Order: sequence, then structure tokens, then C-alpha cells
Amino acid sequence: MDSAVQTINNLTIGFTSQKGKQISILKNISTTIKKGETVGIVGESGSGKSTLALAMMGYVKHGLYTISGECLFHSNNLLKMKNKDLENIRGRKIAMIPQNAGQSLTPNLKIGYQIDEALKLHTDLKKEERDKKISGLLNKVRLPSPEIMAQRYPHELSGGQQQRVAVAMALAGNPELLLLDEPTTGLDVTTQAHVLELLNFIAKDTGTSMVYVSHDLGAIAQVSDRVIVMYSGEIVLDGPVRSILKNPIHPYTFGLLKSIPKLTSPGLPDSMSGSQPQPGTIKTGCSFYERCNLAEDNCKNNSPTLEYIDGLNTSVRCFKYKELINVKETNLDTVKSINNHVLQNEILDISKVSISYAKQKFIDQLLNKIDDSNPTVQDINININKGETLALVGESGSGKSTILKSIAGLLKTKDGMIKFDKDKVLSNDLKMRDPGFLRAIQLIFQNPDESLNPNHTVEEIVSQPLRLYFGLKGDELKQKIIEVLEKVRLGEFYLTRYPRQLSGGEKQRVAVARAFAAKPDIILCDEVTSALDVSVQAAVLNLLQELKEDFGTTYIFVSHDLAVVRAISDRVAVLYQGRLCEIGPSKNVYQLPSHPYTEVLLGAVLEPDPDLKPKLVAEDIVEEKPPEKGCSFQGRCPRILGDICKNEVPPWQIGENGNSIRCHIKVEDLKKQQNIN
Amino acid sequence: MFFLVIKRILLGLITLFIVSLITFAGVEVLPGDACTTYLERQAFGEALEACYQRLGLNVPAYERYISWAWGVLQWDFGYSLSGEMKINEVLGPKVKNSLVLASASILIGIPIALLLGIVTALWRDRLPDIIISTVTIFSMTIPEFISATLLILIVAIWLEWLPGIVIVPTDATVSELLPNIILPVIAISMIMTAHMARMVRSSVIQVMASDYVQMAILKGVPYWKMVFRHVLPNALLPAINVVALTIAWLLGGVVVTEVVFNYPGLGRLVIESISNRDLPVVQALAIILASIYVGINLIADLTTLMLNPRLKSLQIKK
Repeated sequence: MDSAVQTINNLTIGFTSQKGKQISILKNISTTIKKGETVGIVGESGSGKSTLALAMMGYVKHGLYTISGECLFHSNNLLKMKNKDLENIRGRKIAMIPQNAGQSLTPNLKIGYQIDEALKLHTDLKKEERDKKISGLLNKVRLPSPEIMAQRYPHELSGGQQQRVAVAMALAGNPELLLLDEPTTGLDVTTQAHVLELLNFIAKDTGTSMVYVSHDLGAIAQVSDRVIVMYSGEIVLDGPVRSILKNPIHPYTFGLLKSIPKLTSPGLPDSMSGSQPQPGTIKTGCSFYERCNLAEDNCKNNSPTLEYIDGLNTSVRCFKYKELINVKETNLDTVKSINNHVLQNEILDISKVSISYAKQKFIDQLLNKIDDSNPTVQDINININKGETLALVGESGSGKSTILKSIAGLLKTKDGMIKFDKDKVLSNDLKMRDPGFLRAIQLIFQNPDESLNPNHTVEEIVSQPLRLYFGLKGDELKQKIIEVLEKVRLGEFYLTRYPRQLSGGEKQRVAVARAFAAKPDIILCDEVTSALDVSVQAAVLNLLQELKEDFGTTYIFVSHDLAVVRAISDRVAVLYQGRLCEIGPSKNVYQLPSHPYTEVLLGAVLEPDPDLKPKLVAEDIVEEKPPEKGCSFQGRCPRILGDICKNEVPPWQIGENGNSIRCHIKVEDLKKQQNIN
Repeated sequence: MFFLVIKRILLGLITLFIVSLITFAGVEVLPGDACTTYLERQAFGEALEACYQRLGLNVPAYERYISWAWGVLQWDFGYSLSGEMKINEVLGPKVKNSLVLASASILIGIPIALLLGIVTALWRDRLPDIIISTVTIFSMTIPEFISATLLILIVAIWLEWLPGIVIVPTDATVSELLPNIILPVIAISMIMTAHMARMVRSSVIQVMASDYVQMAILKGVPYWKMVFRHVLPNALLPAINVVALTIAWLLGGVVVTEVVFNYPGLGRLVIESISNRDLPVVQALAIILASIYVGINLIADLTTLMLNPRLKSLQIKK
């Protein structure tokens, strides 16, 4: 065991509840991190994975304390160490790369200073040597012109660049162990793929051990040698990445993998029922008992132990794992394909729409004129048929949410027209809109924590559209509320509850119920599953699909997650910098030949399979503004032709699959080029 | 950023202009005028005419406003009614005395407030915090005229350590003033310090809980270094504006406290001239106090602009 960098023995961390009970967040964790190894820790929110990662640095959050066990770095117990000694280990021997680099860099200090601080603390280098080292580090994390970067403040960098700075800072002390807490969550797909590739390179180059904490099995698959799966504060599965992801022998991991939508097997994934138990609610038995398909009486009364299985080199906490050993990976792909009844009636016609965020000058405001030759969103033409699901995809800043807001009437369009039900023009001004149209178009937001009023009960939340649009009162109203709640599989029992008493999935169900209560024709879904855990995401996607099949509702579905979009949509529109790049039936858009930007996006998708590596086609530059003229994607296009792309807006071409591609390169040429690579 | 600074200064000047209009108009619409007040029962016939002639009240209001405003710009407020003295001669030493009092309170109050705020935040929910927080809440809730009276009772009357009221001439030098202002300064700075300390405390606590402070700890930055480099600059930035508001509030506090201690400053002049209906003086005081208020807020805004890297960098991009 001399190669162990960190050994954790029977670690239990918890807090004392208001009633004076001791409640554990982490229960009896034991594991070893070996030299040069990358260990992925995966689990849903509340599984204790971040608490475990912080404990590995000897850091326990305010309010929590160590109940028992130890966390040995070589042979020193970090949890019993004095602050003075910890300061010598943190940053020098063990370094952390935080989840949100933007908030983890001190805003008033320059990038160079913050790296220099780590160097000063952990090395004996002189000033000039340190300056050189800073440039070296920034170079190593592939930031352009390191000397200039060092003089910048954190807010002057893009999200991906901030994350790279955090990596550079962590590497400053040449640590033996790097802890990464969701380092790519919140980054765009292409940026995420680039950062992961960088981390892989650094792991190989420096031989550092890494602990990679994430809820994203796709990211875990790309970087880890070994994977630890956590559930409700316990390790339930621990083994080599391939065996965990290809033949998961714990029913939770099995269900988790099944609930992830995948590009390789399109359609709606199976969802897992229920949610993770709150800490302290499980007294006896297996913590996964409530949600397990294989559960039997024994599981309810006795807690399984973590059992090492020789042949698989894997430890598992389950009585019934043998039933899963022979289930081959193909069985994971039990997906339902969507079956939408799309009518040929046009329900929404977006023609030549441009939207500008440019602030009007005082004089222009008086003259009521908007002067912006280069608006955020330009020239959007989309027709949507009744009963269809249209998805808008693109990275942050692509204008997808902006378009949704305009349809909903929350943002004024600068040019163009949005027509509802063939010929009824939707007014630009929300106050001027007919209440009938307001009812017909409903919006579901990304984060139910913010879109539900915390001071309203579920009953009040769902009653509002019913009272407003249908004037219901008294018993009739109550009856209807219960009916709507049952549709989203929440019973009468939820009426008196407040949003804070609900889980993330339940909150989003309430938001869905509120939208459906208005009996809308069109529902606009703005990243509705991004804030949810994967198992909950699958359940919400399935629910949305069922409701749609029942009511024939039309969806406009905005998401950055290409696999989710593939699962739920009939047609996909790809946006870059507020301009359409490609639009067509989803199965065709996801096939080559396609617009170079679609190709870049598809290449960057992370599948929960260590053998499928992302293809990095283009640089992950962040553009702040769309180009003044020419093709919107010219700045990053790997297949740029030349001046024509810079000067002329590309024409629409119809691909052989029926998808429209807006590019100067002929479809036949795209086909050739993309097949070669 | 240059434009931002210019914009702020212009906005300040516009505010002052509007204030001067309002004070002038306020005095104008009051029934009666300076001459009727001054002449009382003799306010009729030739005497009144002569007075109008002398004070220049027989020209239209806008002309009078322009000549008054022009005078103000040159530190000339016209004549007071009561003594027929030039107002700026009356004001000069009183402004100085009040400034001495206010700046002494600020110089003592702000550092104490910062110290208390930081100590209570870093030792949050522990003994130092509990004691200091209780005391500050107490001193925040007691109005200054009560705390001033209590101070006189205890320190001046029972203990006989310091004079209870200030008996110096208006044109006393600073060194003559100093021993007399100890009690007024304590009375003024008590409330101000308590307010600021609470503000600093919550700001520091918020920053201490931020991701970047956790990151600094995990980077191995020693505790006090972390406090000084990573916490305080970010915590004190939002406090600057509150400090400015508190200082502006202090002007009002000074008025009340000066009266209690019989201090020869602006505060007593405000009370006296209002009760004498000495309108030119009231007008002059209003514009002076407004200028100080606007000035302090301007300084606070500009300091925030200078210190906030987000705003500072606008300069680079433009």
C-alpha cells in the first residue's frame, strides 16, 4: 500500500439536528486513492460527494463535524491537523479545482497575483522565476498570450478561461493530489470537452493523482480510471471505469445509466421512480430500497455491506448484485421512441424576426427608434406545426432563450412578425396582447426554485392560471387543481405544501402543472431539465411527452444538451450568435453532412462510455458579439472557405436528408470533408 | 470611465441647481418677506419701500435668483436681517467649528466602526460578537439628544471630568475648542459608529461565505493574509456608500448635538435663524448643507469607481 496518496478509513461526517439528533451526511466511507490514479466520484445532488472531496483536504464546512474515522494523507490524519499544518498541505500537496471558477477567483485581485500567491506560499522561487513560472503555467493550460492574461481581472475572462486559470493555480504548487469539484458543470459543451481534454493531458504529463467529483457520467467516463458511485452518503459501487459504466452491478447505477439520454440510441430514456432519501430518514436496511426494482424483504431490514468481488475488481453494496452481473450493456438501451401526432396546420409562424438588446439613447427613445445594425438575434424564420416539438439548440449566447422570450411577449422584437394560428399576429407589446393568446402560450422556466413563489402553496400556484383565464372559484377550482396535479402525478396531498418542502423534481412538476392548467396550445420550455438530476430529468421528460400525447400540445424546447434534444424533439434548429445555422428533422440534423457548427457541437457531446471520445474540431473561443457581416460562425469555423464567408451571408441549402443548412460550402463538399475526418 | 466621472459630477451640479431653486422658491412663496419681518409693525409706506430698495426686493424674482446664485458661487450670501451683517462673515467661523466637530467624529468613528465590524464578523456568534453586537444595538436605538444629556449628567455633573457645555467664543482656535468637543464627539459618533459597524459586519460575513474565500483557504493562504487580501477589499467596497450616507446623516445629528452642548456651530445657527425668520441665512444654510451632502456622496461614488476593478476596467475597453 506504499503507493497510496490518500487513505480514508470509516469516515463519518454529519451535523446535529435542531432536535439534538446526530445525522450523518457521509456514512462509513473507506477508500484509497493511489498514486497517478484518476478516481471519479459520481452521485446525484445530496449524495455527499462534495463533502467527501472537501474532507480529503481536511476541510469540513461550517455546521458539519467529523463523527468518526480518519482521512490520511500519506500517514497524517488531515481531520485532526492544526490549521497551521494544513496551510502547508493545502495548495502544496493537495490542490482543489472548484466548481464555479468565476466565483472562486477573488474579484479584486489580478489573475497573475492569485497564481503568484500560490507560488509564494508553496515554492522558494524568486520574483523573476515566479513571473516566468506564471507564464509557463498559463501556457500549460493553453491560455493565449499569458503575459497579458496575468494582468487581467477574473471578470475579464470567459467561463472556460476562468476554469483554466483555476487549473493553473492548482498546479502552481506541484500537488500530489488534485481534487476537482464539478469543474466543467456550467460550461458550454465545446468548452467542457476542451477542459476535460486538458485535464487528461495534465494527469498524464504530471502524474498527479486526481479525484474528479461530478454528477455527469459523461464527463466521468472521459477522465477516470476508477469510479466510485455514491448514494445517500454511502459508497454503493467502486471499481474500474469500464466495468462500472458497461456492466453496472448495483441497481442504482444501472438505473442511473438507463435514465441518461444518449445520441447512439435516440428516444426517451427510462426513468427511476422516487428520490434520494433525506439524511437521517433511513433507520434500517438498504438506503436504495424504496426505489429499487430488485428489492426484497431482506433489503428492508438489513443493510448490505460493501462487498469486494474478485473477478470484477469491484466493490458493491447490494444483496442482489448477482442478478445484474450477466445483464449485458445492450439491455441498457430500453428507450421509448417518441410518437408525436404532428398535424400539417401551422400554429406559429416566426418570420424574419430580429431582436436587439441595444440600449436606446435618450433621444432615440423619444423618437421611438431602435438603432442597431447588428442585433443579438437576426433573421429568424421558423414555422411550427400543431403537435410538433421543435428544439432550439446552441451554446450560451446563441440567442435561444431570447427567441423564447420574444414569443412569450417578454421581449420586443425589432423587426419581423410572429403569427399565431396562421394569421393572428402576436402583438409586440405584452400589454396589448389578447388574453386568449396569453393563455395559449405558456412558459416553463429553467429553475423551479426561482420561478415558483416561495410564499405560495402549491394550491395557490396552480390556481392562478385557472382563476385568471377561466374564472373558476370555490369547489370547482379546487376540483380542477387536484385534477391538474394528478396529471403531473402529484396528489391532493401536495395542495398545502410550499415549494421549499418539495424536491427538485416535484417543484418542476408543479411548474409543469401551472403551465398545463392554462390549457395552452404552445408550451415554451426553457432548459427545463438543466437544473435537475439525471434520474429526475428522465422522469420530467417522460411526463412532458405523455402530457403532450394526451393534449396534442406543441412544444418549443430550448436546451444546450444535444442528447436531451435528440430524445424529445421532432425537429431541431441550431443557432449560433443569434443566427440560424441549420434546421431540419432531428434524426437528419444529428447525421452528417451538417453545418460545421452542428458538427462541432456533435463532436463535443460526452457519452457515458469511456470508449467514445469527443472529437474536438474547433477552438473554444468565446465571441462576445456576432460579426458585422458574413457568416455568423466565421470566427470559429474549422472549414472556413475564405473571404466569401467573411463578407456574404451564406445561402440556405437543402441537404439530402431534408435538413436545411446555411453555409457557403456545397452540401456535397461538406459530405466529402466530414466523411474524411 | 472618464465619462462616468464627468457624468457623476454633472449630475451633482444639476442636483445642487435644483436644490437652490427649491430653497429660493420656498422662501419666495412664504407669506411676507424679509422686509416685513424685519420692520414688523412699521412695515408700510416709505419705510417698507426704502427697505425693498435697500435689499433689492423690488425687482422680479428671477432676477433676484440670478444675482443671489451668482453671489453664492462667489461665497457671498448677502446680508443677514438681524445684525445687518454680511452672512459669509457670520457663517465662516461657524462652518469651521462644525467641520471640526464633524471631522473629529468621522476620524474617530470610522476606524472604530471598521474594527468593530470586522471583529464581530470574524468572531461571529462567539463572545466578542455577542457583547459588541448588544452594545451597538443599544447605542443605535438611543437618540443622540438623550445620550448627549446622559453624558453631561454622568461625565460632567457626577464625575466632573469634562465641561458639560461649551463656553468658548465663536472665533475660538482649534486648540481652544479641542477639550470642549470630547463629549459632543462621543455623543455623535455613538450612533454613527454603531450603524456602520453593523453594516461592515454583515458585508464581511457575506464575503467570508463566498466561494473565493473557501478557495483561498484551500489554496493554503494563511488566515490573516486571507482576511486582508481576499476578504476586506471586497467586503468594504459596498460599505463605502453606506459610510457616505451615515456621514450625511451626521449633519443632522450635529445640529441637535450642538444645541444640547451649546456649541457655536452651524447647528445652533440653523435653529436661531429659523426662529428669527432670518430668511437669507436660512437660504444660505440650506444651500451649504445640500452642497456638503452632494459632495460626500460624490466622493463615495468616485471612490467606489476607483476601487472596483469591474468599473475600473471600463477604461481599458473604451
